[in-house]
Amino acid sequence: MLLKRQEDIRSSEITPESLYKNRRRFLKTAGIAAAGFASVSAFGLIGAGELPQNPQWKRPPAGPLNTDEDLTPFKDVTTYNNFYEFGTDKDDPSKNAGNFRVKPWKVAIEGEVRKPASYNLEDLVKPYKLEDRVYRHRCVEGWSMVIPWLGFPIADLIKKVQPTSKAKFVEFTTLHDPVQMPGQKRPVLDWPYVEALRMDEAMHPLAILVTGLYGSELPNQNGAPLRTVIPWKYGFKGCKSIVKIRFVEKEPKTTWNISAPYEYGFYSNVNPDVDHPRWSQKFERRIGEFRKRRTLMFNGYGDQVASLYSGMDLKKYF
Amino acid sequence: MTQTEWIRRIWKPLAFVLALLPFLLLAYQWYTDQLSANPIDDITDTTGTWTLRFLMITLAITPLRKITGWNWLLKFRRMVGLFAFSSVFLHFITYVYLDQFFLWEEIVADVQKRPFITVGFTSFLLMVPLALTSNDRITKWMGGKRWQRLHRLIYFIALGGVIHYLWLVKADTQRPLTYGAILLILLGSRAWFALRPRLKIRSESAGPQPE
Repeated sequence: MLLKRQEDIRSSEITPESLYKNRRRFLKTAGIAAAGFASVSAFGLIGAGELPQNPQWKRPPAGPLNTDEDLTPFKDVTTYNNFYEFGTDKDDPSKNAGNFRVKPWKVAIEGEVRKPASYNLEDLVKPYKLEDRVYRHRCVEGWSMVIPWLGFPIADLIKKVQPTSKAKFVEFTTLHDPVQMPGQKRPVLDWPYVEALRMDEAMHPLAILVTGLYGSELPNQNGAPLRTVIPWKYGFKGCKSIVKIRFVEKEPKTTWNISAPYEYGFYSNVNPDVDHPRWSQKFERRIGEFRKRRTLMFNGYGDQVASLYSGMDLKKYF
Repeated sequence: MTQTEWIRRIWKPLAFVLALLPFLLLAYQWYTDQLSANPIDDITDTTGTWTLRFLMITLAITPLRKITGWNWLLKFRRMVGLFAFSSVFLHFITYVYLDQFFLWEEIVADVQKRPFITVGFTSFLLMVPLALTSNDRITKWMGGKRWQRLHRLIYFIALGGVIHYLWLVKADTQRPLTYGAILLILLGSRAWFALRPRLKIRSESAGPQPE
């Protein structure tokens, strides 16, 4: 049984991953060995975020789970990040997450489940076949990207851990470690970062747990080693560097909602008709493009997800 | 060379080039693709930040002159003020052209509906008359008193700029609050310099006066 599952890992994923690790190890050693290296990197000549891309990776064919739009370049995906745990500037995560330890990594499954347990990440992820998912990514700030994630449906994990009938929501929590995550030293947000989904949202085939992008291991600045991606919601609904997945009966308090309840609702579905109180959500700038484009309802995934919210007033439940 | 000549021929051109550097650097970074994945945001941020910095430097000249007695500082004030205006002008053009691409409907809606844009736009408009009345002939024509009264608008402009910054950030208020603290010190020192002589007079005249 186990052996058969392991075959699911495509050979194309194996080589590049080692390449990627070697390169990182090299950069690390070189960085420690040569003092000059650090100063070069400080001037931005070698950005810590410029990890090599998997050369053998090929984008999946277009389909309901994969857009055929132009991909946002790897460099942009890995140097323009909102990950406040590593600082509030867009280039802070790629600068500050280089030494973040993602191995070993444990994930606790808690709350209303038949099998609460703490897993090693490898064991947690092993049963699932990783899939490329090319998704539109819309940030609440008004910019967007097209990112080829690598992951598996959250639904697969949920089925395995068997939530009880009381489980109505699933809550994700980011690691809280101010030593490794310097952004947590300042009370910009109520740490640790918590995000949550209604159970039917989490069960939707588009909602995924992500361990990679562009066919390679997930870079630290993008939420390594495990994050969620919910493409019809604003980017912040994705929880990065997850250490806890908890099943609960009541709607959990989520971080941005705590920070500014009138600006960030629990649902935070991409919606061009509901403005952020301080700026319009009608348009977005696709990274790499000059003119703004119109934002699509549910980020263009309306056909697949609108039924989750039928009968709901989306202006009230923003 | 006299001190005036030194300032006119050496120090002022030098200060001019120095003040130009942030813009040259921005242009260079843009041209060589060293800005972030969202260069329009970077340009908006940089021109906005430098507007605030030039405004703060302009406001610092008078208190600094009073503390140090270096009256020559005054000779730089107009230049720094005009750099603040150039910066805000670029900031405004970036918003209208690069960011909104002349979507006037959206721009008007923004100015009306978004408090941070309302405040920012108002501050920008208030800076226009100050820039227009900055040359010697107009100053002379206006007369010192009127000119000074008009140019006191800078207090409100700087305050508007800080509020504009504070209201646009998502959660990290550290930078706008830092500018707020600097502004508070600068305006506080002005208030102190303005009130001090009056306080002195009051305390001197309070004692010997009969009931």
